[in-house]
Amino acid sequence: MKILVEGVAKTYQDRRGQSVEALAGVTFTVEAEELVAVVGPSGCGKSTLLNLLAGLLTPSAGSVGFEGELPAGRPPTAMVFQEFALFPWRTVQANVEFGLEEAGRPAAERRLTARRYVELTGLGGFERKYPHQLSGGMRQRVGIARALAVDPAVLLMDEPFSALDAQTRQLMQEELLAIWERTRKTILYVTHNIHEAVWMADRVVVLSRRPGRVLEIVPVELKRPRTEGMLGEPAFVHAVERIWALIKSQAREALQQGAA
Amino acid sequence: MSAVPVPDRARALQRREHPAARALGLVGLLVLWELLTRTGWVPALFLPSPLGVVAAGLDMLRSGDLLAHVGASLGRILVGFALGALGGVAVGLAVGVFSLAEAIGNPLIAATFPIPKIALLPLLILWLGIGEASKVAVITLGVFFPMAINTYTGVRHADPLLLRAAVSFGAGRWSLIRKVMLPSALPMIFAGLKLGAGTSLLLLVAAEMIAANSGIGFLILNAQNLMETTTLMVGIVLLSLLGLASHWLLARLERLAIPWKVDA
Repeated sequence: MKILVEGVAKTYQDRRGQSVEALAGVTFTVEAEELVAVVGPSGCGKSTLLNLLAGLLTPSAGSVGFEGELPAGRPPTAMVFQEFALFPWRTVQANVEFGLEEAGRPAAERRLTARRYVELTGLGGFERKYPHQLSGGMRQRVGIARALAVDPAVLLMDEPFSALDAQTRQLMQEELLAIWERTRKTILYVTHNIHEAVWMADRVVVLSRRPGRVLEIVPVELKRPRTEGMLGEPAFVHAVERIWALIKSQAREALQQGAA
Repeated sequence: MSAVPVPDRARALQRREHPAARALGLVGLLVLWELLTRTGWVPALFLPSPLGVVAAGLDMLRSGDLLAHVGASLGRILVGFALGALGGVAVGLAVGVFSLAEAIGNPLIAATFPIPKIALLPLLILWLGIGEASKVAVITLGVFFPMAINTYTGVRHADPLLLRAAVSFGAGRWSLIRKVMLPSALPMIFAGLKLGAGTSLLLLVAAEMIAANSGIGFLILNAQNLMETTTLMVGIVLLSLLGLASHWLLARLERLAIPWKVDA
């Protein structure tokens, strides 16, 4: 399914009652089965954008929506969270079943479907563990399995690997790409890591500082499947440099103003 | 160059355990106590000997007195505790979940919570009679407040991230309550149960001392009137055993109900 973001603005009230403009005039589309990354400096409204698409927030202006066929019983989106957001009182299996419960699927079907995604994400054998018994990487696998299990048309990922150590992150990126090759979801992937964005995405949407606007949409001319060898290719280096050039001054301003 | 050793600075942080001293302290006290009473230094009227208390307890167990009193007390405390706990969790949940219930309930709870519940016993006797109902009611009230307040706090402190995650998967109000808020509140609910267990024991004894002809509180007060200090001590030992048992039972229940707790 295609994602359409048209002229979206989001203004909200902060705790002191002042209005904060998080996004202004954001327009882009994500084609069906495309993997698009969104990067930007701290406080550019990246997460706000995902929350708008997940239906957790409503835009102040403009519209967000989807285009394409959505078979009955399939939700348009499912979200993978930066801090995993697993239910600590549920085992791996029960966490993966959560979305299926809310979708009203019968118990037997839930069990089978969850099993399949537990295997797909490399969690086989951990079904009965609780989240606190797992490492960070394993926890996020649960987060991904939980989102994939409801078979959403669009997968929304909010800095899914930024809480992981560098080595685990690299491995999880590869695994996510492998899963994506097999499931062919439309993915919108928010990150502050430029290398990660370029290595994974077909296109990278670069946002400015608050209020977030689209500075440029940078296409990544790398073949698929992506391999580690591509990290040195001119197309990779070129895209990274282009994005860094766009973000650098903005990031520096953010740093100097102490904005989070 | 000479070798410079790394100084061992960890010793300041060490804390040794003394398992022998733990046992010795308790046993030593009992032995000293027994000796004091045996030698006649302290008259048995003021402080009966530990072995004497055990013997008296066994006598009462054989005669059936002990079970009658313990049974009467257990009945009151179990019914009162169950009613108070259920009511407290229900009200705490409602006040935590619904903003209207919070607006109405919060000031009411804040206003009535500080009243020492035992002060209400005369009123409860007036309303419910001097029988079982007033004693059960005072225990119910004593358990209700910590349970309601703890449940409310637990629900309100449910992780917003988890609530958002549940909503993003399509969870409605009822799902949120059942699958996120209630499990989030469980640790606080168990803390409330432990608080309530202590309070209910206190209120039980007080109520039985004021108006009863059975129960451990009555046993203690009656023994004092008859100058039977040994029987009085049996009552006190029974209460401490009851307190220990309830604490142990709740700890076991907690481990069963919250298997995801990190230190379990």
